[in-house]
Amino acid sequence: MSNAIMVSGLHKSFGRTHALNGLNLTVGTGEVHGFLGPNGSGKSTTIRVLLGLLKADAGTARLLGGDPWRDATTLHRRLAYVPGDVTLWPNLSGGEVIDLLGRLRGGLNRQRRADLLERFDLDPRKKGRAYSKGNRQKVGLVAALASDVELLILDEPTSGLDPLMEEVFRDCILEEKRNGRTVLLSSHILAEVEQLCDRVSIIRNGETVETGTLTELRHLSRTSVTADLATPIKDLPDVHDLHIDGSRVRFQVDADHLDAVLKHLSHAGVRGLVSQPPTLEELFKRHYEVAARS
Amino acid sequence: MTGSWQLIRLILRRDRIILPLWVLILCALPASYAASYAGLFPDDAARRQYAAGTAGSPSFESLLGPIFGDSVGALTAQRVGTLYAIVALISLLTVIRHTRTEEDAGRRELIAATVVGRHAALSAALIVTAAANLLLGLLIAVTPTGSDLAAGGSLLLGLSIAVTGIAFAGVGALAAQLTENAGPARGLAILVLGVAFLLRAAGDPTGSWVSWLSPVAWGQQAQPFAGDKWWVLALPLALFALLAGAAYMLSVRRDVGAGLLPARLGPAGSTRLASPLALAWRLQRGLLIGWSVGLGVAGLALGGTATAAMDALADNPEMADIMARLGGTASLADAFVSGLLGILAIAVSAYGIQAALRMRAEETGLRTEPVLATSVGRVSWALSHVVFAIIGPALALLVLGLTLGISYGAGLGDVGGQIPRVVGAALVQLPAVAVLTGLSVALFGLLPRLSTLAWGALAAFLLLGQVGAILRLDPVVLDLSPYTHTPHLPGGTLTATPVLALSAIAALLILAGLYGFRRRDIG
Repeated sequence: MSNAIMVSGLHKSFGRTHALNGLNLTVGTGEVHGFLGPNGSGKSTTIRVLLGLLKADAGTARLLGGDPWRDATTLHRRLAYVPGDVTLWPNLSGGEVIDLLGRLRGGLNRQRRADLLERFDLDPRKKGRAYSKGNRQKVGLVAALASDVELLILDEPTSGLDPLMEEVFRDCILEEKRNGRTVLLSSHILAEVEQLCDRVSIIRNGETVETGTLTELRHLSRTSVTADLATPIKDLPDVHDLHIDGSRVRFQVDADHLDAVLKHLSHAGVRGLVSQPPTLEELFKRHYEVAARS
Repeated sequence: MTGSWQLIRLILRRDRIILPLWVLILCALPASYAASYAGLFPDDAARRQYAAGTAGSPSFESLLGPIFGDSVGALTAQRVGTLYAIVALISLLTVIRHTRTEEDAGRRELIAATVVGRHAALSAALIVTAAANLLLGLLIAVTPTGSDLAAGGSLLLGLSIAVTGIAFAGVGALAAQLTENAGPARGLAILVLGVAFLLRAAGDPTGSWVSWLSPVAWGQQAQPFAGDKWWVLALPLALFALLAGAAYMLSVRRDVGAGLLPARLGPAGSTRLASPLALAWRLQRGLLIGWSVGLGVAGLALGGTATAAMDALADNPEMADIMARLGGTASLADAFVSGLLGILAIAVSAYGIQAALRMRAEETGLRTEPVLATSVGRVSWALSHVVFAIIGPALALLVLGLTLGISYGAGLGDVGGQIPRVVGAALVQLPAVAVLTGLSVALFGLLPRLSTLAWGALAAFLLLGQVGAILRLDPVVLDLSPYTHTPHLPGGTLTATPVLALSAIAALLILAGLYGFRRRDIG
């Protein structure tokens, strides 16, 4: 399978701020790729480099087999972009903006445009200044989704959408996926990521810290275990946050050590055992908190 | 009014550079005029002759205002005529910037949700603008001039400028309440100022009552250093009270973000918006139509004044004699039209800068990114706007030339002969105007954060034109301004070299801007 996006060792500074410090990102053709990271970690900067709006200081970026800076205009015929904060021209109606962006991209599917307007419950006659945040976001989404493109680049596209509309958005992305489109989805909404993404990359301070399928990432995380033992123990090797309360023990364990730790426990005689797989939330929090501390 | 004090501090913090800058620059102008008049005309006889001749000529009175005496003070009071309009413009823009622009950007909501009264934002903007104007007036009154002008006259002159600014702060306040966006609010307020300026320019040469309809004329009608009519200052203050009162009334009646006129629905789609040029036309057409109509009206009004004033003077044998010695009625009228076009060229340049810097507004408003994320190239996007920043001013100058030619020709009884002369004279201003457009494009492409310097350059060139000759600045300094090189038509001789050189400079600046824009980061 070829890759729609290949970024390696990307650097970008704004004055003294280093927004990207050797970022890597690979998105396979036909996959929905989650792009996660705390605020200010460099997600939007990466996307702007991919769109040829910013010029990287160092590193390589390939997009749909081309150079995002040099071949910007030809590549842009094959992709659609929705920013996290869609700003509209105050005196243009939503419908005019959808048609404008569609045409500038090289045409849009009229039938799909009509369908999407209905599904997103959007009045295309309102002027840009009259739309709420959520409705401006819908204008951007309809303009992008109504185009026949290979790649969708979505930068927190559902910010401001209500839960019902978020549901519509997820359905649309799943349809795009079935049609073989590639999607790069930057998002903070974990349920959205869990439902839609084949693979995710987590970035922090302009560097990629994790990348893989959600199952792989879960594997990297810790399982929390609570056990009731026949004979109390004093210590347990290779675990984290160990609490011993008489015969009850509570701890977290890395996937690699799970087997050994369970063997250890069974020597003491297990009367009851509850284990919780790592939730996505814990996984992200761990990465995000490290970012906040550093 | 709760919270006004905090908001005043916020405005002072945000304007900490621009506000002192304009106050200090403008307060020095009257003193520099007075000093140069004292130097140019050391004795009473020379001054009297100048006052009766040049300063009393219709073209001078139309551009600067009436002259009420032949003392150094009275000459200065006439010479500062344009200052009234400049102060009015700055004041109305300041008030709109701190009221409607804030509301547009959504920042007003952030403030309104705190412990801040409903009127606080408007009050703070008015208080700061009024205080800045008063400070300017007092500084004008106390700035030493080198010749002993009457203290009362100096104070009256300063205050007359201050109250004019305050009256137009009221115009800005009301305009900001009437429209739903800062752009139309600015347009409306500037239109009011433009009409006021035209009324003054039309009324002053003949001393007609028409001048009294114009708020920018009142300051000079107070006759500092001549009649010293203090009571006239009550007029702009009363106008301010009226306008500000209306603005307060409207501001309590409407929602935050709304205007008086309800927003209408637009079309559900468009087949015509299919290229960056089509988008640029949608974004630029309002400016183009507004400026063309405005300049067209100005041309009609001013052309009429020129000939009417000439006729009035020709009836007076003494004046006719002076004019004949100065080159005859026809050449004086030509000089008037030429001077007028020189001033209007600066206004048209403001349009060129406005149209070019629309690109920067689009960029900082994040509206450029979605367009450049489609298959539109950077150069074609930028060129779509640059086209309007060149053709727009050209069209506006053409309309101005036509209407000025018609009304001027009608006065002389020679419409067919005057139209081509005046149209040509208007169009010959284009290269200098294009240099300012080019400068804006170059700044936008190479130093985007400093784009607004284009306005600074325009202000500097305007100032050079105003005081350069009087201060007898080095010709090298005067040559910095593109307007110095524009041939003086009609009446003067047309030489190709400056026209071609200015055009080449404009083209180079535009190319440099496009080159920079292709290579830089967006945002």
